[in-house]
Amino acid sequence: MTLRRVVVTGLGALTPVGNTAQDFWAGLTKGVSGAARITRFDPEKFRTQFACEIKDYNPEAYFERKEARKMDPFTQYAMVVADEAIKDSQLDLDSIDLNRAGVIWGSGIGGLMTFQEEVKSYANNDNTPRFNPFFIPKMIADISAGYISIKYGFHGPNFVTVSACASATNALIDALNYIRLGHMDVAISGGSEAAVTEAGIGGFNAMKALSERNDSPETASRPFDKDREGFVLGEGAGALILEEYEHAKARGAKIYAEIIGGGMSADAHHITAPHPEGLGATNVMINALADAKISPEDVDYINVHGTSTPLGDISETLAIKKVFGEHAYNLNISSTKSMTGHLLGAAGAIEAVASILAIKNGIIPPTINHFTDDDNLDNKLNFTFNKAQERDVNVALSNTFGFGGHNTSIIFRKIQE
Amino acid sequence: MSEIAQKVKSIIIDKLGVEESEVTPEASFTNDLGADSLDTVELIMEFEKEFNISIPDDQAENISTVGQAISYLEENVKS
Repeated sequence: MTLRRVVVTGLGALTPVGNTAQDFWAGLTKGVSGAARITRFDPEKFRTQFACEIKDYNPEAYFERKEARKMDPFTQYAMVVADEAIKDSQLDLDSIDLNRAGVIWGSGIGGLMTFQEEVKSYANNDNTPRFNPFFIPKMIADISAGYISIKYGFHGPNFVTVSACASATNALIDALNYIRLGHMDVAISGGSEAAVTEAGIGGFNAMKALSERNDSPETASRPFDKDREGFVLGEGAGALILEEYEHAKARGAKIYAEIIGGGMSADAHHITAPHPEGLGATNVMINALADAKISPEDVDYINVHGTSTPLGDISETLAIKKVFGEHAYNLNISSTKSMTGHLLGAAGAIEAVASILAIKNGIIPPTINHFTDDDNLDNKLNFTFNKAQERDVNVALSNTFGFGGHNTSIIFRKIQE
Repeated sequence: MSEIAQKVKSIIIDKLGVEESEVTPEASFTNDLGADSLDTVELIMEFEKEFNISIPDDQAENISTVGQAISYLEENVKS
């Protein structure tokens, strides 16, 4: 069967380095770090005392107070970026078929802050059950997609994907497929996460997953550097308007890029450690290239998962060399997590935005904080260290991998008539 | 206005995000003040917390206006 083509016609971002897609891109190309000491709670007793928080975020600038109170921050972030993306797309909601417009969102955890606060108040209240009636609808991860659909009246497919740090890319691939297969014409897709809380930092600290470089937060996220020692927790959201190509063309929409394929795989190896030879990471890129019907040599840029963990960065690099062979040395590779930190379930959304803007602007955002080469990596690869590089990008691939061994890879291409 | 009435009003203003002038004794939480069923449950819980009492479900069902809340609490809260 012939699959329909899917293009991106709107973008939104709320990130630790910029509160709109445009500011996010400006932060990335300048090589700004979003990391700083945590302001949300007193981190003094935590092993990690910094994170990549959203800056200058005031919910009352976006919501009525009554409305904001009922939404966990991860849902607020979702609403903010969905609104930016819808406005950017200039979709006329009165003229499109809302029954064929869907919302497929991603969140790795959902309302962690809400969960933490409700359980704390229960425990502090001599265990008398007095849970707030909004506790469950505030916390559940899928409520983000629900809220977005209510705001815009989108009656089409509506759900949230949960695959830890691969969640948003899974959402984008699902949205791509539903449009390609003809089940809907338009989707708001992406992801959001708000896990910079005591439970989030404490939980990841217990796994020894986070960097503990408290004396230098802004250099802590250093993917592919010899002295990397864990990821930096980030928060925020990214949204993309996906639209069937003819639908977009008919209304004269501005088209950022085409989504030409997506791949999925599982490591089936360990709950949190990546497969040492990058088996799942290799397969997922092969699957994505096959789905997009392109060859490895067509790819110009890989926005890697690259979280700045000792093992993950090595296995992803091995996988890239296996899949791309000699062409691996022609690629630009970069980890924007060096600047944004790791947005968990929202990572795939903002990294999709970054990959698309790399295509549109002909600039590769850098992997900042490179000080020392790691002999366990192939340093002939171009990791785009420390400074953005100009490059005409026709095809960009974005990897995201999640605890549980979930791997996703999605491919964007410059629009061709 | 009694101290109880004043507290009830400010809880309603805070939770439902309404103007003080709208919070009249006759105002119904759902019909006039924009509350849904979950908001109403939350209001009752806030009254319980503020006044340190427990309002049984069968009695909570009869509290649907500002005035009903105030008179229930004035009768049942020990001063």
